Order: sequence, then structure tokens, then C-alpha cells
Amino acid sequence: MNLWRLLFRLICTAVLVFLIAPILAVIPLSFSSNSILSYPLPGLSLRWYESVLTSPKWYVAFANSLIIGVAATVVSVVLGTLASFGLARRKGWVASAVRVLILSPMIVPIVLVAVALYLFLAPLQLTNTMAGMILAHIVVAVPFVVIPVLTAIEQLDDNLGRAAAACGARPLTAFWRVTLPSISSAMASGALFAFAASFDDVVIALFVAGPDQRTLPREMYSGLRETISPELTAVATIMMVFSTMLFLLMQTLQRRRRRMLQSAVRR
Amino acid sequence: MARSRKTVLLLPLTGFLLVFFVLPMAWFLSYAVREAEVPRALPETLEVLAGWTLGQPVPEAVYSAMARDMVEAADSGTMANAARRINYELAGSRSALTKAARQVRKSDPAVTFDEAFFRSVDPILTSPEFFAVMKRAGAAVSDHYLLAAFDLQKAPDGKIVAVPEESRLYIAVLLRTLQISALVMGACLVLGFPVAVLLATSSEKVADAILILVMLPFWTSLLVRTTAWIVLLQKEGIINSALLSLGLISEPLAMIFNRMGVVIAMTHVLLPFMILPLYSTLKAIPPGYMRAAASLGARPLTAFFRVYLPLAVPGIAAGCIMVFILSVGYYVTPALVGGPADQMLSAFVANYTTGTGNWGLASALGLILLVVTAALYLLAQRLSGGRAISLG
Repeated sequence: MNLWRLLFRLICTAVLVFLIAPILAVIPLSFSSNSILSYPLPGLSLRWYESVLTSPKWYVAFANSLIIGVAATVVSVVLGTLASFGLARRKGWVASAVRVLILSPMIVPIVLVAVALYLFLAPLQLTNTMAGMILAHIVVAVPFVVIPVLTAIEQLDDNLGRAAAACGARPLTAFWRVTLPSISSAMASGALFAFAASFDDVVIALFVAGPDQRTLPREMYSGLRETISPELTAVATIMMVFSTMLFLLMQTLQRRRRRMLQSAVRR
Repeated sequence: MARSRKTVLLLPLTGFLLVFFVLPMAWFLSYAVREAEVPRALPETLEVLAGWTLGQPVPEAVYSAMARDMVEAADSGTMANAARRINYELAGSRSALTKAARQVRKSDPAVTFDEAFFRSVDPILTSPEFFAVMKRAGAAVSDHYLLAAFDLQKAPDGKIVAVPEESRLYIAVLLRTLQISALVMGACLVLGFPVAVLLATSSEKVADAILILVMLPFWTSLLVRTTAWIVLLQKEGIINSALLSLGLISEPLAMIFNRMGVVIAMTHVLLPFMILPLYSTLKAIPPGYMRAAASLGARPLTAFFRVYLPLAVPGIAAGCIMVFILSVGYYVTPALVGGPADQMLSAFVANYTTGTGNWGLASALGLILLVVTAALYLLAQRLSGGRAISLG
């Protein structure tokens, strides 16, 4: 029995190492002083970071990723929140059809979305433009907003609105001061998911972006198709720091949401 | 809130998705059953051919009509597309048509474009098969691409037959796609199940810590993870150089740019999608059940197989289908860590859209991919009672 338990623990540890170790193994290599991507490191240096941070290619790619990600997120949050209010607690075939419509960009293979948008946006002169990239990213980012926000709205206590009205708040005031704050953390986590979806995309960027809209993953994709250089491990490390920050932010938000839910239940 | 006001709130997003998602998808998928090239390039020829069927003599008027179409079409470059389309079904006609178009435009206005003229350019241009293909490719709707996606074609007499053995490809690609997805799904289940059990049986604090280890790679960019695997597995990579210096191997192992690399990297990416639904199912199994089984005299293995596993089946199914759906449509990872023999359906869709520009075939293959995905998704919905999609 104890042997089984030991074996079980060993297997689990191995799987967790499989999940984490490859990502972590890249980090030390980015500080290597020469270009051989293996251990032991010949010496430490920051030369690859220097070459990344001083190269306009990576700087532009990072800026593009940020601009496209933020713009797509803002539009997704607005459209997604409106639609969530429209969908909440609504039954019937219209509501189910709209639900399927909103979720389907998550299920349809991303290559098909990218190819379809490429063929559709090209005659509209929207490929190779920022606007085209943002439009395309909204399509894939919006389900990530609707899922948490819709759940949060459906969990809202109807009495909150009534109480606000009873206290003399006009509907719009009640919305801004009671409803919106109660779903704000769901909106924030939806926004984070949406941003991450946009920030991580490479397939849409491959088809819709031109040379001037190249995003960070798109540049990394080109880099990986050639011989892989230590410069890429430096970019990967920077991106890892960035996504870990997003992840920690997400954790904080989710903890806050859970606490709010729990306190609401207790009351 | 009033119903009509709620509908107004739905309109912006619904409208946006109809225009920028449904419409593009429908337009792209319509290429699978649409013939665009030949009707655009050869309208007059097709008109003459309307009353003709294979077996009858080719009407003489066809040749002058074809020459007029060539003069009209050559400027806009549509003839090249039409020539390529006809060439899919009749090899050799592309160069012949291009050559003929060039000669027609160059010739003296006094030249009559008749059968003899086209025969002198290339005899293929006067063969009844050529016109049969042209007529079929000139129909507004055709099953050519859908058949081609299943390695089938229409013989000149209209019968559906398999394409010659050496040009069969897409059935193999479909099977390969399903096979890689099944491998990844199996690997995710084998690796993910123990971790899900560990998560479900640990205290909340420990489970939270393990979940962070599971979710962190989930949030790490796909490209970063692909970089990591290439660095680890390549010929001069970390694993090979470690094994070499330990003397365990004498030559570097080929672990990447082949099927193995694809499966390893995809399993790494998709493992969280298996662990999370499994965990939420396993957490709901009351620990008392296993104790009850033990007190009734079941040995641990018996209790596991007869009590625990059946209760875990919904989670296993949800996780497996989720991983399978995601891997069927995978593009980036096989493109970066696979060899030419590991490219899946999505790679062919992508290459035919940009590379050779065979939109009809790209669309037909895309349709297959979409149908497979939708069928699996509906199955997942059925099994989970409408909650197939969840986010960590």
C-alpha cells in the first residue's frame, strides 16, 4: 500500500516537473554568454537582453501586441458586457442561438477563423492593417469576456436592484453604483482572459497582419522557423515574466470574487 | 428588464459576430462547393458548351468563343486561375491554355481561331475530355473539391472514382490528424489522471499550490513553450547533450521535428485542459464511497476500478473530448516542431489558402475539420448536460 502511495507521488511529481521544468529551463539560457543553447553555461551575461531591448524589431512587435491586445480587450469588454446583460436569465431559442454564436469562435479551429477572416478582410483592404488585426482579435477574445460576466450577472441578487430603487436611486444610478461594481471583478477577469487570448495569438497574425503589424508571437514564430538563437530565449523569458504577472493578477481577482460570493452567501 | 430592451443589448455583439465571424466563415466554406475561376474566365465558351454533352462532336463555334474569352480574360489575369482549375482534373491543360491565350493575343486579326489553330497549339485543347472538364468546372455549383478532399474525382463520364493511387493524400491526412489527436488525448489522460486524483485528495491549501503549477504553463504563451521544447529536444539541445555527456547514448536522439516532438509539445500544451475538468469531477466524489467499498471487503484496486473510476467517467469524457477538439485543429505546434509527415488538416487548409491559392480545396478540407469539431462538441454537450465549455 505504501509502495503504491510512493509510486503515485512519484508519478504526480514527474508530471508536474514535465509541466513546469521545460519552461523554467529556458530562463538560465537567456543569460548565457555565448550562443550555444545548452548546459553547463559557459558564463553569464546580459548580451541577449541587450540585443533584444535595443532592436527595433522586438520593440515594435511588443508595442503592436500591446496596442492590438488593449484595443481588442476594451471593445470585447464593452460588447461582451452589453450582450451578457441581454442574455442573462433569458430562455428560448434566440438566447440559445446567441449563446452558441458567441461561444463558437472558441470551438471553431483557429486556423479556419484566420483563413476566413483573411479572405474576407482582404477585399475590404483590411488585411495588413491594425484595424483588421483588432477586429479579428475581438472575434476570438469576446467569448472569454462573456463567460465570466454572464455568470456573475446571473448570480446577482435581484433584490440589490430593488433595494437601490427603494432607497430612491434612479435606474441608471442604481446600475452605475450597485450593479456595475458588483460585476466589476468578473469584467476584470474577462478582460484579462481576453487580453491573454489576443496576446497569445499567432495564427490570426500569420494571415491578417502585414509586416507593420507583426506581434510578439508572430516575430517569435519567424524566429523559430529559422535557427533558434539565444535572443529568442531572452524574449521568451521577458514574455514569461509578463504572463506570470497576468496570471498573478488573475489569481488575485478570482480570490476577490470568491470572497465576495462567500460574503454574499453568508449575509 | 423588458425583453425588447434586453434584445437591444444583444444587438451590437450579435451584429459584430454576424459580420466578422459568420459571414467570413460562410464565405470561406462556400468555396468548397463553388466554381469561381472558369465561369469568370470563359463565359462565352461555356454558353456555347451549354447544349453539348460528352459523346457528341465538339461544336465548331466553341473555338472562336474560346478565343474571344481569352482576349477578354487575359488582361485581368483570370485566365491563369481558370487554367489552373482545369488542370486539377486534366493534367497538361494549364500550360496548353496559357500558351494558347498568349498566341491568340499575339496573332494577326485576320487569323481565324478554329479547331486547327488550337490543335496546332496543343492537341489537348481540342479533346472532348478537355471540354467536358471545362463544362463541369464552369458549373456554378460543383462537388469537385468535396470529392477531392476524400481522394475522389469524377471520371469524364461523370462517375465518381478514386483518384490514382500516387495522388491520394487527404484521407491519409485526415487519419493522421485523428491519430495524432488520439495519441495526445491518451497521453494527456495518462499523465493528467494521477494529478487530478492528487488535487482532489489533497487539502485545499496543497491543491491551490498544485493548481498554480498546472495553470502557470496554461498562461505562458504557446510560442514560449514551443521555444522551450525546441531548446530541450533539438539535436544539440539540453536533453541530448545531457544524455551524451552521461554516456547513455552515443549519438543524439531525434526527438523533435518528427511525430514524437509534436505529441510531446501538444501534450504539454493541452494537459491543463484534461486536468481541470477531471479535477472538478473527482472533487465531487465523496471520499466515503471508497471507504465504504473497503469496509465491504473490496481490495484497493477493486474499489478503484469498480467505484472510483465509474464515477470519474464524466470527467474523463469531458477532458478527453476537450483535448481532442483542441488538438484536431492544431496548427502552430505541428508547423514548428513537426516534420512534413506530421502536418495535420489545418496545415493543408493554411497552405492552400496562401501558398498555391487553391481556395476550393482549402475550403473543403476546412469543412471536414469543422464537421469533425462540431460533432465532437455536440457529443461533449450531450455527455455533460450542456456545460462542456468551462474556463479555469
